[in-house]
Formats: sequence, structure tokens, C-alpha cells
Amino acid sequence: MQDGPPPVKARGLVKRYKEVLAVDHIDLNVRSGDVYGFLGPNGAGKTTTLRMALGLIVPSEGTVELFGRDPMREGARALAGVAGFVEAPRFYPYLTARKNLELLGALDGAGAASQIDEVLETVELSPRAAHRVGGFSHGMRQRLGIAAALLRTPKLLILDEPATGLDPAGMRDMRLLIRRLADEGITVLLSSHQLPEVQELCDRVAIVESGRVVYEGALADLRRQGGAGYRLRCTDDAGALEVLRRQKGIERVQSGEHGISFEGEESDVGALSMALAGAGIGILALTPELATLEDLFFRLTEDGAAPDRRGPGGASESETPTPARGNETLAVAK
Amino acid sequence: MSSVASAPPLAKRLAAGTRRPSTLVVYRWELRKLVSQKRTYLGLGLAMLLPLIFVISQLVRGHPPRGADSIFASEIFQSGLATPVLMLTFLAPFFLPLIAALVAGDIVAAEDNNGTLKTILTRSVDRGQVFAAKAAAAITYGVVAVYLSAAVGTLAGIGAWGFHGVRTFSDTFVSAPKALLLVFAANGFFLIPLLAVISIGVLLSTITRNSAAAIVGTLGVTLILAIVSQIPGLEGLHPYLLTTQYFAWQGLLRTPTDWAPITHSAWVCALYAGPALLAGYLVLLRRDVAGG
Repeated sequence: MQDGPPPVKARGLVKRYKEVLAVDHIDLNVRSGDVYGFLGPNGAGKTTTLRMALGLIVPSEGTVELFGRDPMREGARALAGVAGFVEAPRFYPYLTARKNLELLGALDGAGAASQIDEVLETVELSPRAAHRVGGFSHGMRQRLGIAAALLRTPKLLILDEPATGLDPAGMRDMRLLIRRLADEGITVLLSSHQLPEVQELCDRVAIVESGRVVYEGALADLRRQGGAGYRLRCTDDAGALEVLRRQKGIERVQSGEHGISFEGEESDVGALSMALAGAGIGILALTPELATLEDLFFRLTEDGAAPDRRGPGGASESETPTPARGNETLAVAK
Repeated sequence: MSSVASAPPLAKRLAAGTRRPSTLVVYRWELRKLVSQKRTYLGLGLAMLLPLIFVISQLVRGHPPRGADSIFASEIFQSGLATPVLMLTFLAPFFLPLIAALVAGDIVAAEDNNGTLKTILTRSVDRGQVFAAKAAAAITYGVVAVYLSAAVGTLAGIGAWGFHGVRTFSDTFVSAPKALLLVFAANGFFLIPLLAVISIGVLLSTITRNSAAAIVGTLGVTLILAIVSQIPGLEGLHPYLLTTQYFAWQGLLRTPTDWAPITHSAWVCALYAGPALLAGYLVLLRRDVAGG
């Protein structure tokens, strides 16, 4: 469902720092209701992109709009309904948690400050409300960051590594909170290194490498395109290997401790099962194995999917190929 | 966050809506931040301490300072109201600009370094509002520092030497109530050049993103201007140097009141303060906020 302008729409976003091209013609399309994962290795340009989205840094080229409004042109008006933090959330260490929220609530306008108790309760910081933030642990500051974001009654929540520094229970709670907020209709743009977290939470993702988007689309599509892997256990491994290697459409055949793994299209696997039966080999188990996000992430970011286009002499926009999408990208990645 | 599942729904908040805050709200919070920081009181404490030290030392010494070129130096034992005037003469060239620079140079840079600038700039306030509120808070601090120093000097002086009339620079005598009014006004007119110093401090704080550099830079500017005022052959520049304006208030303590240095100071200081504030505003408006 898409009502009105999309929560985030970036077109040709570029950020140059002298000789370094930090963000290289990034396009993003976060749709209403998405829990959108924004992935990439350190230095890939994620935080810079999020800073541009929030109007904190000025793009060298391109535009970003939040619900159709450009933060560079419209300032704080463009952030209506938008909340979140980039890198670690920062607060005034000499003020208590409550005073920090009162301050931020005051800067959000009338009505926000009345929700302080509620948001403190949501992130379980009510008992520490009267304590100075200077004494808070990293995890408590992350939670206070979420509380501060919730004060803004967001329709779009931009979170940069929200689970960083949290213990396993904290990470689980953070996931639960994000899931719950998403269920309540808040669009979430989540930058994260925690691939299992993204896999669990996100329905759409963008993967960036060297400042470029190397994949943007549905996570399910990505995983499907990542290769239909299968694992086979049978009565005669040696005989099965011979059949597999002869069989059309079957690739990457490998024998291991837990059986034989291979890749192939569904129709070819159907033909394979017939061929195995014809060769008198009994199939004990034939199970599909979808690539994990982690597999795909490393494939996209380490296998040369993104050509090196850093530096000031990089291709001009007209020379720049459209950032790869879906199949095209994975075809390169493979 | 195990209560996540049981926490109240956000739907009502989503429906609530908010109104954008005024610059006055941002300004009030800038003041609250200043009030909450210990270092704020360092400058104010020093501004109060120096007049006290002066009065105590003169009481112990028992006679007026010799060789002082101000008529008020010889007057301090005659009236407590001479003390704040003398203190303003002593503190105007360096100490009060230093106190003002401590906050003005820090007010944007510290937030940038701590990362809280990005925190407030992702709320419902524009950069222009934040800049205006910070500049106003720095000016407020300067006003408080000057008047605290004057108040302590006045009270300590009166306590030590009584509430009597004083002689002016024109060697005329003014009554105690009028002298008190003149003390108040003199400090007010000293705020004109101090406003220019604060504006330069806020500009440097915005540009350098480094509190120490901005504070030292602000003092450096006033120091350079003071040196320029001593260079032979550059006398023609004197009327336009910021440091010359530090003493424009003395026109008040003449009979009749000499308004010429005060009005001159007003427009000269505006030439320093206006461009500095405008430049600071424009820099913050278009600048990357990447700190923290």
C-alpha cells in the first residue's frame, strides 16, 4: 500500500569529501510500511547516506526526499513525522534522562513532552529517569535514543545500528521493539551490521558497497536469486555424484559430511530425482537450502559485484550504469 | 525492554500531532543547558571574585592605588560607588571579554564535538532557530557576567566605603542615587562592544567546531586589535578598533554626558557584530554536521 509520497526517495545521491567519494549515486526507495534494511561493510557510505537523508550533511549531488520533502530545502519541516539517530544517539551528559527528553520534546513542539513517561516505560528506563545520562551504559543510551525518537510520533524511523553494543537480551528486546513499531504502521529504515537481525526484521533491503547500491529490493527475492541450493542424502553417494555431474542444469556439486550439495533450478532437480531413481539410487532426503542473507551479503560485497568507482575521477552520471538491481546484480555476483 | 509487548500502543501518539516550537523555546533550553553545566559557574564565579579580591586588598592596604590614571582610583575610599566603575575600567579590556568568550566560543563547537548538535538538528527546529537561540544565550551569559561583577563590586564597595556621591571625569559631583544609575548604565553601554566580542566568538565556534580554538581565537582577535592600537602610524584606525570601544561608556561619566563615543561605539560594534553573526548563521545553515 502506498499512500502519498514515499517515506524515503533518494535519487543520484553523491557525497564527496575532497578526493574521497563516500556515496556514489545512490538511489533508495523506502515504501510506506517497509522495514527496510540498509546494509554494507564499514565505510560503505551507509551513515553518510542517512545523514544526508536527515539533512545533517549536504549532498554533493542528487536529492533525497522524506515523504516528498527535501530536508536541504525545507529544513525541519521535511522532518515532520521522521525520527531516529545516526551512529550512536547523543545526549547531554550533565542532564538526566528525563531532562534530555524534556529538552528534545520541547524542540519537537507542543504535545511531545507529555509522552515522556510513556516512552521511558517503553524502553524500560523509567527507574533511571532521574539519573544523569553521563553515567549511562552504551545500551541504555541506545534505548534512550529510541525513546527520544518515539517522542516525535514518527511515521518513519531511521535507526543506524540500533543494536550495536547491546547484550543478547538487549538485542532481542530491540528486535521486538522494532517489530512492534513496524506492526503499528511505522516505516523503519534500519542500518545494521547484524545480518540475522536484518534477515528477521526486514522485508526489503539495500546493500551498499563502496558508496554504491549493489542490490535493492525484496529480501525474499534476493534470497531466491541467491541460488537454489539443495542437499541430497541417498543410498549410494558415489553413484549419485556420477548422476549429478552428468545431469543437465545441475551445478556446484560437492560431496561433504552431511551429504551432497548442489545448485539447480527446480525443474532440473525434478529431472534429477527421476535420474537417481532410474540409476537405482534411493533418495533418503532432498532438501532445498536458501542462501542466508549473510552468504548473499558477502557474495555481493566481497566478490567484486561493485566495480571500484572511488575517487574524483570516477565516471560521470551519464557514464554511470544504473545501480544494479536484483537479477542483474546477482548475475555479476555469481 | 521486556515490557515492549505490554507497553501502551503508539497509535494515539501518531494521531496526536505536534506544533513546531518557537525560537524562544529553543533559547530557554539553551539557558537551561548553560545553567546545568559547572563550567558556566567558573566564569561567573571569577566575575564575582575579582571585585571582592579588589575591595579586600584595598581595605587591607588602607590607601588608594597610586599612579592610577582613573579619577575613580583616588575616589574609592570616598564612595563605594567608585569601586564598580574602577572595576569596569580594569576588567573591560581583557577579563570580561575572556569570560564572554568562554561561553560564546564553546556554545556551538561543544555540541558539535559531543554529537548533540545532530541530536537537536533532527528535531523540529531549523538551524536558524538553533543559531539564534545559541547566540542569544551567549549574549545573555555576557550580560549576566557583566552585571554580576558590577553588582558584587557595588555591594562590596558600599559595604567597605559607604553609599556616597562620587566625582565624575569632569570633576563634577553626582549624588549617590545618580551615581548608582550611572554605574548601571555604564555597564550596559560596555555590553555594546562585548556583544561584538560574543558575536565573533559564536562565529568562530561555528566555523572551527573546536571550543578551545574558538575561545583562543576570540581573545586573539581582541589581542591583535589591542596591539594594532599600539602601533605608531596606525592612529587613524583607533576610532574603528573594537578595543577602543571598550571605554566608550566613560562618556556617561562626564558632565554633560558625552554621547559621541557611545553612539560611535554603537555603529562601530555593529560593524563587527552584524557580519560575524550573519556569517555564523550562513555557515551553520549550509554546513555538514558530522560530529559525534
